[in-house]
Amino acid sequence: MKQAKTQQPPKQLSRAGFMMQTMRGSWGWMLAAAVGTVLAVVFNFLTPQAIRVTLDSVLDSKPFDLPDFLVQWIESIGGRSYLAQNLILCAAAAVVFSVFAGGATFFCRISMSKACEGVLERLRNRLFGHIQRLPYQWHVSIQTGDIIQRCTSDVEMLRNFLSGQLIEMFRTIVLVAVAISWMFTMSSFLTWISIAFIPVVLLYSGVFFNLISRRFRTADEAEGTLSATVQENLTGVRVVRAFGREAYEVKNFDEKNNRFATLWVKLGKLLGPYWGIGDFVTALQILVIILLGTREAVEGRLTLGQFTVFVSYNSMMAWPIRNLGRILGDMSKMSVSIDRLREILNAGEETEDPEGLTPDMHGDIVFDHVSFGYEGTPELLHDICFTVPAGKTVGILGGTGSGKSTLTYLLARLYDVAPGSGKITVGGVDLREMRLSHVRKNVGLVLQEPFLFSKTIQENIAAAHPERPLDEIRAAAKIAAVDEAIEEFPDGYDTVVGERGVTLSGGQKQRVAIARMLMEQTPIKVFDDSLSAVDAETDAKIRAALKTGMSDSTVILISHRITTIQHADCIIVLDDGRIAQQGTHDELCAEDGIYRRIWQIQNSVDDMPADGQGSDPGKEVSALGV
Amino acid sequence: MAYEEQVYNKSFDLKIWAKLLPFLKPYKWRMFIVVLMMVLTAAIDVINPLFLRYAIDTFIEPGTLEGIWPFAALYLASILFQVLTVVVFSYTATYVEMFLGRDMKRALFVHLQELSFNYYNTTPVGYMMARTMSDTGKIASMAAWSLVDIFWNGLYVLGVFGIMLALNWKLALLIMLIVPLIAVATVFFQGKILKANREIRAANSKITGAFNEGIGGARTSKVLVIEEENCSAFQKLTNSMYRSSMRASMLSASFVPIVLFCGSLATAIVLARGGYLNQQGLMQFGTLSAFISYALGIFEPTQQLARIFADFISIQASIERVTGLLEEQPNVTDTPEVIEKYGDAFHPRKENWEPLHGDLEFRDVTFRYPDGGENVLEHFNLKVPQGSTIAIVGETGAGKSTIVNIACRFFEPTDGQVLIDGRDYRERSQLWLHSNIGYVLQNPHLFSGSVRENIRYGRLDATDEEVEAAAKLVSADRIVNRLEKGYDSDVGEGGDRLSTGEKQMISFARAVLADPPIFVLDEATSSVDTETEQLIQNAISHLLTGRTSFIIAHRLSTIRKADLILVVRNGKIIEQGSHRDLLRRKGYYYDLYTKQFEEEAWKTAKA
Repeated sequence: MKQAKTQQPPKQLSRAGFMMQTMRGSWGWMLAAAVGTVLAVVFNFLTPQAIRVTLDSVLDSKPFDLPDFLVQWIESIGGRSYLAQNLILCAAAAVVFSVFAGGATFFCRISMSKACEGVLERLRNRLFGHIQRLPYQWHVSIQTGDIIQRCTSDVEMLRNFLSGQLIEMFRTIVLVAVAISWMFTMSSFLTWISIAFIPVVLLYSGVFFNLISRRFRTADEAEGTLSATVQENLTGVRVVRAFGREAYEVKNFDEKNNRFATLWVKLGKLLGPYWGIGDFVTALQILVIILLGTREAVEGRLTLGQFTVFVSYNSMMAWPIRNLGRILGDMSKMSVSIDRLREILNAGEETEDPEGLTPDMHGDIVFDHVSFGYEGTPELLHDICFTVPAGKTVGILGGTGSGKSTLTYLLARLYDVAPGSGKITVGGVDLREMRLSHVRKNVGLVLQEPFLFSKTIQENIAAAHPERPLDEIRAAAKIAAVDEAIEEFPDGYDTVVGERGVTLSGGQKQRVAIARMLMEQTPIKVFDDSLSAVDAETDAKIRAALKTGMSDSTVILISHRITTIQHADCIIVLDDGRIAQQGTHDELCAEDGIYRRIWQIQNSVDDMPADGQGSDPGKEVSALGV
Repeated sequence: MAYEEQVYNKSFDLKIWAKLLPFLKPYKWRMFIVVLMMVLTAAIDVINPLFLRYAIDTFIEPGTLEGIWPFAALYLASILFQVLTVVVFSYTATYVEMFLGRDMKRALFVHLQELSFNYYNTTPVGYMMARTMSDTGKIASMAAWSLVDIFWNGLYVLGVFGIMLALNWKLALLIMLIVPLIAVATVFFQGKILKANREIRAANSKITGAFNEGIGGARTSKVLVIEEENCSAFQKLTNSMYRSSMRASMLSASFVPIVLFCGSLATAIVLARGGYLNQQGLMQFGTLSAFISYALGIFEPTQQLARIFADFISIQASIERVTGLLEEQPNVTDTPEVIEKYGDAFHPRKENWEPLHGDLEFRDVTFRYPDGGENVLEHFNLKVPQGSTIAIVGETGAGKSTIVNIACRFFEPTDGQVLIDGRDYRERSQLWLHSNIGYVLQNPHLFSGSVRENIRYGRLDATDEEVEAAAKLVSADRIVNRLEKGYDSDVGEGGDRLSTGEKQMISFARAVLADPPIFVLDEATSSVDTETEQLIQNAISHLLTGRTSFIIAHRLSTIRKADLILVVRNGKIIEQGSHRDLLRRKGYYYDLYTKQFEEEAWKTAKA
């Protein structure tokens, strides 16, 4: 079924497009973080240098192993003897460098946080807003848990990548670049040897990590199974106890628990050598550099000072490189998360047609040969034709699956009638030519299973109009016959609903939802089986209050209870998506049809015969005093 | 009602840690190996710089390469040795972690099997899960990796201090001034960071909650046209999340530089002071460079130590949660005499079990839930002869299951007695009673596994033929035959792959296989297709025949067939009698009946 013009042609985002869009607005901070990283790396290099120079060249008598301009500067202030007399200067240099390094690190991390948290804030808002604007059909078709999972865990995954791995990766690259460029000034031969190890280490960590991660998956799955076993046992505790299966459950649990532990220990057996070999390759690189460096030094191509510095730089970058391989291996997980988020964002939103009409909605409602079926399912409503005159009340009676709820969805334009399948008009204007929000703001609909937000009752009733005073809210609640019940709660209208607060009964929920709809003061009011959980007396009370309270609105009452609709101006009997009967209560009772049969059954429970099969005269159930 | 997580002790408490000892005991030798391996690894770490020194002194300074091969071989050997220790270390630590975790999980799981329904009713499954799965995991990994770390780092710091004191105590004391500074800074920041992280988690759970509402309530939001309002409310949440996250970042971003600064300050002091001493000839050059490398090397472990200690506070909360659950006492227990004769839940003495006939009597029973103040039953008397059917009706949440819970001894009467075959049921073991009860829930709970395994849950030693016969008896075979792999079809987690109707049929078969003298049925309210409905009806009437049964009823036909109907409202039994009597009375039952069964009337009218 086509959704006509309510849906935008979805523009499909690629992975890169997703990342670019997500990062938009944070590039400045990313750049700042990058600069901070470079500075931090450089100053971190300098601190040990200051100490080394002091040890070697001030306290000991080796020549200054520094860039020429620094050596000249030291000579100009008095050379070694001056520094030796003012050792505090050298110490201060070390401290100053470390302060700079610290400052740069701080700056880098803060910038990165700003970038990353900004990205997350915008991404979350975008997801939420997008989900709000996705069509009704989408919300019906998804699994809430799955989408929440994506909006939380997958976003968290992205966060970990941005705030941890990305910066770590960048830092490693800067570190390696700085180290290598310094190393080249000393010995290009040794530097090339050192560089030759990098791909080996990267490849080893990356490949092995990927290999191992498959094993990790099995172990993770074992944990999942174990978790599920415990969960099932706990949620099924009644069954376990009722069958006396405690020992069996423990045996079953032991099996899963042992499997989980053993799998991990096996993994540990693999991980040990993995780490060991990784360590070995890295240590081997250091060894090779020391050996070759020694030869270079002995053969006079490297000074002693250069040799020590070279070796220390080489080991400084060895470990981060190992880590880099792991990060690269980890990145594949990221793309899965991105794909899952993209899938949500690529679904098309409902769009508002700014050209849409905004007529007065007090006119007659006409269903004109309307047929409808949900996407991918057979037609549900067939050629529905009826008129609700302005200001009148129509009752629709139908069983489960008769299509009565679908009628209300079409009227509120939660779904659109496909072109050529008839039309719905209000005051002569086709709903599809109106602005979407205009239709919904004028059609008050109480859903069959109303959702209350976990806020206070007052906030719930005034959901669409938070500015309205309590008087008005209470007036609506009174019409919905729920004011008294609310006042009985310890916190009255400030009582929080749902998990964090009071659990309302089905009937109370429905009545709060009715009050909420009344607050909207819409010219059209639709009650989709909204009184089903309310007892007959209250049902009548609410209908009476509605009648006096809002005589100018057009009302559609849907029910499977005849008493709810019997006083309507017109009653439509819906059966299997077709109008089976139409008329007033008296007319329908006079006809031979479903309506009369139901009326008889619902009206005569008193006379219903008991089957008498169950009462065995042999057994006597005696009950004394309640 | 929301379940509030207890706030745990924030100071270090050895008594809590002592509770871990029994769990650690089996692994003490392995833990020793872990420590040993760590010491060896560290020893090599200490030796490593000596190789470089040696290379400089023996080869570069004299300008000769003589003897470089033995040197290389020795170096290589040390590397290999270290690799070996790493392998043994990581394997052993993983072993300890996993098996310690396994032991704790098992202890919790077994204990949970013994806890009473009262505990289950007041504790969300999520909390029990968190204790069994994640808290134990945290404790185990701490014991395997961090406990060793703290031991090692502590020793290292102490050792280095010892050496420094021996080399030059004045200089050592100077450094020691800085060390507590780092420790204090670490503890201070960790505390603040922990708090900030808690704030982030709170903000995060608000966001998750908002997603939950935003997605779950999206249809309602559309109808009310409040999408944009929802978005702006959500943006407030993400913005406060942004601010909390930035606060935490600010803290952790300042922490590392401050520690680094302290470290370099210490080094600078040694450099200035030690350099001066060196110039005065009071300190040898070698001693000075040793001092400096020690000074540089001590800060990392100090910081580690402080960090681990801070972590330990949160692990301590995990230990408290786990031991707290283990110390939870069940409030339905068998007396020692009963256990002596009938055995406990895990070691039944079936040879002493009497057969259960099925007469049940509530004698002057008064009951209130352990967590509630009001009596829901007062001096309640009810005789249920073998083979009769009791239907319990009332609105959702009215407390219909109370009677059933007491009859099954999931709860015991606060006062009075429940007699089975004329004897107080507390004189026999819980397992004896439960082994004689068949239970079918309104949302039937199945376990992951095949259909066959699920039916066999009713009687574990049943043959395949018996399983299939049981299924046939309640016509569940017609459901099973529709499944792709028949009896071997996987039902999914909690039976998720099957519809409610299908799950019900299988749970009926399960109950029939158990062939219990007492049968409890919590009827489903969810609508099923006509054919399945018919099957379920038949299955129920089959199950009821000849058994004492309690039915939390929703279907007209079942209610009408009952020998006695108990009408429950607000937790109390307000009316009782047969269907005809109750209707005639035109009381609450009449109301309930007219309201609840209109939908059924529709079906009847169409049929």
